[in-house]
Amino acid sequence: MKTNSLWVDAFRRLSRDKTAMMSLVIVIIFSVVAILSWMGILSAGWSQEVGGSNMPPSAEFIFGTDLFGRSVFDKVIHGTQIAMSVGLVTSLIAIPIGVVLGALAGYFGGWVDDLITWFYTTFSSIPNIMLLISITMILGKGIFAVYVALGATGWGSLCRLIRGEVMKHKEREYVQAAGAIGGGHMRKLFIHILPNVTHLVIINASLQFQTAIKSEVILSYLGLGVQGEPSWGTMIDDAKLELARGVWWQLAASTLAMFLIVLAFNLLGDALRDALDPKLKGK
Amino acid sequence: MTRYILRRLIYTIPVLLGVSLIIFILFNLVSGDPTALLLGKNATAKQMVELREQLGLNKSLWLQYLDVVKSAFTFDFGRSWQSKQEIMHMVKMGAYPSLALSIPAFTISTILSILISLVVAFYRGKGIDLFIRILCIAGMSISSLVYILVFQWYFGYYLGWFEISGFEQGFPNFVPYVALPAIIWIVLSLGPDVRFFRTIILDEIYQDYVRTARAKGLGEKTILLKHVLRNAMIPIITYVVIQIPFLILGALLLESFFGIPGLGGMTLNALNSSDFPVVKAMAILSSVAYILFGLLTDILYTVADPRVKLK
Repeated sequence: MKTNSLWVDAFRRLSRDKTAMMSLVIVIIFSVVAILSWMGILSAGWSQEVGGSNMPPSAEFIFGTDLFGRSVFDKVIHGTQIAMSVGLVTSLIAIPIGVVLGALAGYFGGWVDDLITWFYTTFSSIPNIMLLISITMILGKGIFAVYVALGATGWGSLCRLIRGEVMKHKEREYVQAAGAIGGGHMRKLFIHILPNVTHLVIINASLQFQTAIKSEVILSYLGLGVQGEPSWGTMIDDAKLELARGVWWQLAASTLAMFLIVLAFNLLGDALRDALDPKLKGK
Repeated sequence: MTRYILRRLIYTIPVLLGVSLIIFILFNLVSGDPTALLLGKNATAKQMVELREQLGLNKSLWLQYLDVVKSAFTFDFGRSWQSKQEIMHMVKMGAYPSLALSIPAFTISTILSILISLVVAFYRGKGIDLFIRILCIAGMSISSLVYILVFQWYFGYYLGWFEISGFEQGFPNFVPYVALPAIIWIVLSLGPDVRFFRTIILDEIYQDYVRTARAKGLGEKTILLKHVLRNAMIPIITYVVIQIPFLILGALLLESFFGIPGLGGMTLNALNSSDFPVVKAMAILSSVAYILFGLLTDILYTVADPRVKLK
């Protein structure tokens, strides 16, 4: 009988799931927009005065203009670039740390495990928001501090998850078999065990991404994020003063953009969990 | 039992030392010399030396680390750079407004979410279940900033139903000031809480003992309230207790939006004025609270569920 691999099965299940496919399309669109904006093809003119001050949405400016007559649409696009870059970079920092430390702790046990467990317990004992505030305050305002802060706070839960899973796997027969044919520790761990826990990494990444985006908005709102560039958070900060004067479009545009991408990652995360981890199905 | 608690208590020590180490690395090593910032451009060399001595910055790194550790146990954090007040005094002043907002909001939102998730679990798979699940996910996808801004603007400015900013000490006096932020708090927590509690309750619903209860003819309501809820209580307690330390920190954003002079607002003010010792103190205090409540959760866990092995 021909059997399909987990990935083929999972992909089939996903492609039947309309919500998941819609979410994936949204994520792809946002990624493409972010890349085009980064390359300077889209939204390069966000800082230019293109119309009057605080013009409501119209056919010419679908999201209106801000106080300085800049196109809110271009600012939202630029904010997309910031948000997606924060999601990507922090995932690239947090996921490798979480996976490697979790795998080492789970596989070797003993003092390695004690040390790594102590390390993530310590990190997760400082409430996230305090650690975020402290790191950004000390490294100075700016996008770099946001990357570091969110990367540093994001790896703990993944580390714990991978540790538990690797612990279960290391006793399995296929790992013993790999050892019997002469595979060393590193080979057993990275070639044999890790591919079997990758699905957890993927599920976690979609959560990581949306948490990072939400946190970036709050940090930017607090004035700790990007400086001199629009992000969704600084747009919401602008809206704080504008709302009483009836200028709602800047708030609406940034909220809509953030809502779409966070919702897409939320739904995609759920769908991925159902597709890749059938044990958890329906939860 | 006593041995378990004792062991758990001893384990908090390396974690506290670790937290102190991270705080020390951030605030003493990475942050650099604050004297220039504090004294301004026209500082003389003599003033800088004196200030460094006063702040304990001329001690060896090892002794500076010990100072951080000591402050985590004695809660003596020195004085604020901005207001020159004792930080612990500021914390005591800020605790009342913070708790006046967070305790009622937290209690109501927890009870409300448990009730909603029971209803949702009762109608699982039906329209109302799907509707509330969608509402939860959609609600969680909007930034908390947007809720605060829009609610404050609509109910505060536009309709004028609530106080927009300020605080008064004493029980009935503070109610008008915390009412709207408390409502926003509740709305913000309903999404994640209901989603989490629903999962927990549904986990229990497919257990064997529920089937047994059904087989002996119990009604669905009795099963849900008497059997399922009781068993679901353990993860629910864990989830609830572990959130309590964050109440001590207060609601940073809510407090600053509504001008409530609590700990959260104090932390954000300190952040804006680069008042390092206050932020440092709040980081240490909230971590200590987190560690202690983690300990409490573990103990509660063993009390609530004798099956938990006391390894």
